Amino acid sequence: MYPNDYYYSQDHEWIKVEDGQIGVVGITDFAQKQLGDVVYVELPEVGTQLEFHQTLGVVESVKAVSDIYSPVSGEVVEVNQALNDNPELINEDPHGQGWIVKIKIKDESELQKLMSATEYEKYIEGIEE
Amino acid sequence: MKYISLSTQDIKEMMKVIGIDHLDDLFTTIPEKIRYPGALKIPGPFSEPELVQLFQEMAEHQNSYASLTSFLGGGAYPHFIPAVVDYVSSRGEFVSPYTPYQPEVSQGTLQAIFEFQTLICQLTGLDMANASLYDGASGAAEAVLMASRITRRPKVVLAASLHPQYRQTIRTYCRNIGLILEEVAFTEEGRVDLESLDKLVDNQTAAVVVQSPNYFGVVEEWAPVFQISRQKGALGIAVIAEALSLALLQPPGEAGADIATGEGQSFGLPLAYGGPYLGFMACRQEFIRQFPGRIAGETIDVEGRRGYVLTLSTREQHIRREKATSNICTNQAWCALRATIYLELLGRRGLRELALHNFYKANYLREELSKIPGLSLKFKGPVFNEFVLQLPVAPSQLEPYFREKKIIPGVKLEEDYPQLKNCLLICATEVHSKDQLDKLVEVMAAALDHRPKKGGQS
Repeated sequence: MYPNDYYYSQDHEWIKVEDGQIGVVGITDFAQKQLGDVVYVELPEVGTQLEFHQTLGVVESVKAVSDIYSPVSGEVVEVNQALNDNPELINEDPHGQGWIVKIKIKDESELQKLMSATEYEKYIEGIEE
Repeated sequence: MKYISLSTQDIKEMMKVIGIDHLDDLFTTIPEKIRYPGALKIPGPFSEPELVQLFQEMAEHQNSYASLTSFLGGGAYPHFIPAVVDYVSSRGEFVSPYTPYQPEVSQGTLQAIFEFQTLICQLTGLDMANASLYDGASGAAEAVLMASRITRRPKVVLAASLHPQYRQTIRTYCRNIGLILEEVAFTEEGRVDLESLDKLVDNQTAAVVVQSPNYFGVVEEWAPVFQISRQKGALGIAVIAEALSLALLQPPGEAGADIATGEGQSFGLPLAYGGPYLGFMACRQEFIRQFPGRIAGETIDVEGRRGYVLTLSTREQHIRREKATSNICTNQAWCALRATIYLELLGRRGLRELALHNFYKANYLREELSKIPGLSLKFKGPVFNEFVLQLPVAPSQLEPYFREKKIIPGVKLEEDYPQLKNCLLICATEVHSKDQLDKLVEVMAAALDHRPKKGGQS
C-alpha cells in the first residue's frame, strides 16, 4: 500500500525524490481517509521558500481543515493545478495523481528525519489502536 | 423547545439528586470574594399596573421619537415598518430558539437566511452574500480585512466621506495588525477626489473603500473609483449606509465593486437605540473562500428534496480557529429575517417606488431650504435622501427655536468634520409629510430671522 521508495512524515505527508533533487509531496492514504471528501486545497505560490515542517498549504474537507507541513526545506517549483478543479484526486489517488507540490530540496540529509514505508505502516498501526 | 417552570417540589428533588442543600451551593465554583454579597437593592416587586405606570412616568420625561419631528439621518434612517414585519418575525419559532442552524430542525430559518442572501445579491449585483454581520460599520471593517487577506497588501485607502464611525471601527479592527489606513479627500462637489485617489492608490494598496450615497448624502460615481483600484490591483469595496438607495441607484457590482457591504437597518428595523442593526456583505464568486460570517446554502437531502444548510463552514472560527476568515461566529438572524419579510412584502416595484418617494421628498426639502436667504447647499453633487445645508451661524444657536417647535433639524457635522463649519446634515424619507417638510422650512426661516444679532455675526 505505501510505496517503498517514498519517505513519510509523522504528520502523514509523503515525499518521493525525483531527478535533480526534486521532491514530490502529498498526503498519505491514511490522512485522506481521516479527512473525508476533500473539497478544496490551498496551494502555495511557486517560488515560496519553505523550512522543514513549515505549513505549505491547507487541505479542506467537508468537516475539517488540515495544515500540510513540508517534509523538507526547499523551494516550491511546481504545484498541482489539477487540484483546483479536482480536489478529490487526493482521495482517489493520494500517492500518485493527488500529489500537491514539488520542492527543490535544499538538504537531502533532512530525509533521514523521515520514516520508511515499513516504519510508517507500523506508526499508523499504533495510532489506529 | 417548550419551557415549563419548576415547582418547589421539583427543585427539592433536583437538589437531592445533585447533593446540595441550598441553591447557593450551585455557585461554589465562583470565588467568594467576587460574588455579590446579599440581595440586589432594587425596589419592588411591583404589580403589573404599577410597573406600567412607573415606565409611563419615566417616558413622559423623555422626548421619544414619536413626539418629535426628526430629520436625523447619518447612518440610521426613519422608515415606515409595515405591521406584517412585526407579526411574522414575532412568531415563537423565530424568536425563541438560540442559534437554530441544525438543518434537521431549522429549515424555516435557514430558508429565510438563504432568501435574505439572495435579495442582497440582487440588490448589490454581486454573486454571493453572507447571512449578515452586526452592522454596517463592522461590515466595512470585515471587508477591509478580507481584502488584505486576498491581496496580501498592507495599505487601505478610505474615503474621507465614508461614515466617521465606520472609519473609526475600521481603525479599531486594523489596530496592531500592520495595516496602513489612508484617507482620500472629497471635492467641492462632495465626492471622492479622483485625482488624489489615483495618486494614493499603488501596488501596495489592498482596497479602496467608498460609500455611496456618502456621509453627506451625495451620490458617488463608483465606476471611475473602481477603475482606479482595479488598475493597481486593489479591490473595490462599496459601502452603503442607506440600503434603500440600492433600489434606485446603480448596483455596486455593475459599477465594478469586488465587495459590497453596508447597513440594512432601513429594511424593516426600527431606529431603537442605535441597534440592533443589520450588516450585509456580498462579493464576487472568486472571493468566496475569504468571506467572513455564516453562509446558508441550498442542497438536496438523501431523498432528493431541496433543503438548506450552513455551508463553507471550514472558513469559520470553530473549525479553522486562528486562521478563520473572521472571529465572528454569529449573524443578525432575526434582523435579517425582518429585512427579508420587509423586502418580500414591498417587492421589486414597491421598493423602487419607496426609494423614489425618499428621493423626491429630500430633493424638494433641499430646494426649498436653499431658497432661504443666508442658507446654501454645501455640496453640488446629486443626493438621495439626505443633504448638507450650510448655515450662517452655528446650528446650536438655533436649537432653542427648533426645540420649541419639537423639531430636530439634522446632524451637526462640525464635530466630525471641523472644516464643515455650521453645517447640518438633513434627511427626509417617506415618513415625512409635505406639511412637515414645509414646517421645517418655515421654522428654519423664522429661526434665522429671529435669532439675536450679536456684533460680528450676520
